[in-house]
Order: sequence, then structure tokens, then C-alpha cells
Amino acid sequence: MTKTQKGKGRFLSGNEAAAEAVRLCGPQVIAAYPITPQTTLMEKLSEFVAAGEMSAPCKLLLVESEHSAMAAVMGAAMMGSRVFTATSSQGLLYMCEMLNYVSGSRFPVVMANANRGTATPWTIFGDQRDSFAMRDSGWIQFYVESGQEALDTILQAYRIAELPDVMLPVMVNIDGFTLPHTYDLVQVPEQKAVDAFLPAFKTFNKLSLEAPKCMSFAYGPDYHLESRCLQQKVFDEAVGVIERVDEEFYGLFGRRYHGLADTYRCEDAELVLAVTGSAAGTTRVVVDKLRAEGKKVGLIKVRCLRPFPAKFFASLNSPQNSCKVLGVLDRNISFGLEGGLYTDAKASMYRPGAKINTLGFVAGLGGHDVSKADIEVMFGKLANLAEGKPEEEHQFIGMRWA
Amino acid sequence: MQEIRWHGRGGNGAFTAARLLALAASVYGGRYAQAFPSFGPERRGAPVLGFSRIDDSPIRDHSEVADCDCVIVLDETLMSALDVFKGLKANGAMVLNSAKTKAELQKDERFAGVKNLTALDATSIALDVLKSPIVNTIMLGAAIAATDMIAVADAESAIDELMPRHLTESNKLALRAAYDKVKGENP
Repeated sequence: MTKTQKGKGRFLSGNEAAAEAVRLCGPQVIAAYPITPQTTLMEKLSEFVAAGEMSAPCKLLLVESEHSAMAAVMGAAMMGSRVFTATSSQGLLYMCEMLNYVSGSRFPVVMANANRGTATPWTIFGDQRDSFAMRDSGWIQFYVESGQEALDTILQAYRIAELPDVMLPVMVNIDGFTLPHTYDLVQVPEQKAVDAFLPAFKTFNKLSLEAPKCMSFAYGPDYHLESRCLQQKVFDEAVGVIERVDEEFYGLFGRRYHGLADTYRCEDAELVLAVTGSAAGTTRVVVDKLRAEGKKVGLIKVRCLRPFPAKFFASLNSPQNSCKVLGVLDRNISFGLEGGLYTDAKASMYRPGAKINTLGFVAGLGGHDVSKADIEVMFGKLANLAEGKPEEEHQFIGMRWA
Repeated sequence: MQEIRWHGRGGNGAFTAARLLALAASVYGGRYAQAFPSFGPERRGAPVLGFSRIDDSPIRDHSEVADCDCVIVLDETLMSALDVFKGLKANGAMVLNSAKTKAELQKDERFAGVKNLTALDATSIALDVLKSPIVNTIMLGAAIAATDMIAVADAESAIDELMPRHLTESNKLALRAAYDKVKGENP
């Protein structure tokens, strides 16, 4: 399949695969808070830096907090450097303020986040409440299904982020503990191929003695609304860019992920489940099993939370589409409403007069396994609704009691 | 697909064994494989799990392993702490580090349902060959002999790739010793 490596690949953890991607992209500055909730991704990168194995000279800054880590990479980006950082759960929350500084100033920072739940109750286990809480921070957010996809998405993230027409920060979300600690076969591309895909970072959005300028400054009310409108328009632009870059990537590396949302066995599917991250893989297995039993089921893998695949979801609600009931699996919850992905999917599908049959499932919080049996239960509930049987619109799946 | 669960204690290499098995099956055996630990904080001496999945096609499943084709227990004392038989398939294999013989173990009714039971005094082999009570590669050798999941030569290649250089030769010897002993008893 790939043009860059013989054999099926190397046996790497998701974190090692992500670190290989960063090594190949060659950021000049990496900043990180080196203590929990940091992960082995940064451990691996520090080994690469120490051994001089990064593809470009790299300074690794160990700072006193995640807030400082994001501030440090922002400072380096302000000087025109390619940068990287990584975090998880509480660390991401602690960065919240700086995420907004970075996105508003349009610095193309790339960050990996090992998705984990947020305290309290204190947890080090996986769910997506950390990154969903950062939904409105102005970052492009990707969710990946495997270590290979983590590697490939980080390569794509730099390409997308640094395009002059985009210049947005990108967060690559890797379901913790599942993906960062799962070893699997991973194709690591050759440096030459990566260099052909990702040109050196050049930007006018930087400080320079030759052309002094003021950056990241305050706006009064007179320009603020217009500037936010421009920021929104860039996200609209990014939709096409993400799709184009994925196609380009496919041409060079032989692997692709289909832009903002991928589908699996959806051609004539009547019951469809939309999923983010590692659970998409498990859902593929369940879809195959149910298809073998003659059930018309399919998977939507939501790869991007922002920009959101709104047009894609809208298309599900057209008379031509076979989808009768859409289920959405959320590994997060917005207390007082429902899972965040579900809200966005429903809103995208809404048209006056159109009938929308949807169910929102919350599962896999705080490291709770999303089992094949749980996913079968979800498809069963979609079938019930299709047959006119009653189902509660929002449900927690996999609980022992309620 | 074959799903394998490893029982050990933090620090005694159960997850390394899970990785060795999957590395051997995939990179050296030409199949597809996954390895992952029981997720959570690492505490020396606490019960830990390792998992390996092996298949002929790419593995997409990211849920926990429920049903096992093979359970490997590195430390017999774990049996009083947790249910090592959980999820073992009817025709599944169990490989246990124990000084007791298979016949002695089978007096315990919990072993009655285990079709393919292998008992090996791995700790003695470890002390003899490795001069240390670390049994992970020994139990890997025993499990390969009991199940033929992978080729023993592929496991040796995996040891060469994954383990620190000063440990590879002794661990390959230990793996082979366990493999030969179990094959000798169950030709």
C-alpha cells in the first residue's frame, strides 16, 4: 500500500507513532510540562532531541506548567518557528487561556492531546471531556482511530496549520489510555517523503527587526466583530483545505482518512452510528458482524470536531439518503444538555419540515470500556426507533445501575 | 483472531511479554497484532494485565479483551487475588507458573474446566538461567510450546529487537529451555 516502506511496518505504541511524526516534521521548539498528566509521547521526543535524531535542530523547553508550555510555543511561533507541545486532561484545561491567545493571533501551533477525563472525581483514564471542553478555543480539532492515524494526522496537521490561507492551530486528539499505550503495526514514512509533503515553515506573521510590528494586541469594539468574522471564515476555508491535504497525502503515502468525516459500509445503511476516536475501530468490527447477520448498519467516523462536518450531516437528512436513524456516541457530556457531538450532529441535520430520527448515547467516560456488546446495544436501540418502538433520546450505555 | 491475557505483578514483565508475543507475530511472523497493558498507574508488585491480539487481517478492535484463547499466569499467588479463569474459552489454553505438576493442580476444581493446561516451574528456570526470578520470556516460551501461536524463532527475533542487549542471549536461552521442556512433555 505505502510507497515508503517495505513490510507491514514497525511495532509502535500510539505515543511512539506520534513522536515519530513530530521527529519527521522537525519543530524547532518543543515546550512541555514534564510531569503528570504528560505522557510517554514527550518522553520519546526528549530521547530524540537528546540523541540528535530530530529532523531539524530542536530546543526542548521544560517549563513549570501547561499554561507556560503553550505560552512558550506561542513565543517561539511569534519568531517564525515551527513548534510542538503535548498534554492531556487537566493539563489541557490549564492551557485554556493560552489556547485562545494562540488561535486569535493565528499561530500554527500543533499539539497532541491524549484524551483523558477531567477531575473531579479525579481520573487519569480516558474520555473526551478535556478536548470537548476546549471546543470553542479556535483550534482545529482532529480525533484519530489508531497509532498510524495519529502519525499521519500530525503530518497533515502541520501542512494544514502552516498554509498561509489557514494559519490556525491544530489539536490532534489521541484517545487515552487506549491508543497512546496500544502497540500496533505502524508505517513510518521516509524523511524524503515527508519533506516533499511538508515544506519548510515560512510566515509573515512574525516579529522581525527589519519590519517591526505589534502582535497579539488588544482590539477595541470597533474591529472586534469583524476580526471574529474573519476567524470564522478561515474555518470555512479550512474544510476544503483539510480534504485537499488528505488527498495530497494519499498521493504520496497511500493512506487517507477522507477529510472531516469518513464512512464505513454506509452505502445502503439504514441504522448509522457516528463515533469519534478509537471507538470507531471497535464499531467497524460490530458493523461487520451485524452486516453478516443481514442488518443494514453503518459507521460514520467524525474525524474533525472543528471545523465540524456540518454539510456531511445535513446530507444524511436528504430524501436520497438511506439513513433512517442516526445514533451518536459521545465520550463526553455537556451537563444540562447531552453529548457534544450529538448536539452538533442534530443541529447540522436540521431543516424545517424534515424528520430527524436520532439517539444520543453517552458511554466510555473515565476509562469505562466501550465494548462490542455496548455498540451492539446502541444499534439495537436504533433498530427499535426505526420500528416505531419508544426509546429515550439521551441514554447512558454500559451502566450497571442508574 | 487469537486473544491472549497475561497476568503478572507490576515490574515483572507481563506487558513486555505481551509486546514480545505481538511483535513476533506481526513484524517477524507476517501477521497482524496488537499489545496493550491494563491501563492505569504502574505500581510495583500490584496485579497487572497485559493483552495480545493476533490475526490474519488488520486489527481495528480497541475494546478490552473479554474472551481469551490463552491465559498466561506469571505468578501463581495472583490466583488468590483475582479470577484468572475469567473469559477463558472452552477450548482455551492456560499456562501457569507453578512448582506443582499438572495432575496436582487438577485436584483444584477450578482447573477442571481447562482443556489445555500447562504447568511449568518457570521460577526455577529463571533462577538457573537468568540468575533472577523474572519469568516473562520463560512463560512466553511455554505458551508458544503449548499453543503454537507463533514460531519460536520469531519470538527470539522479538527478544533481540525489544530487550536490552545484555539481556537478549540469556532470555533467548531461557525461552528455548521452557519451550523444549513443555514440548518434551506434550510432544
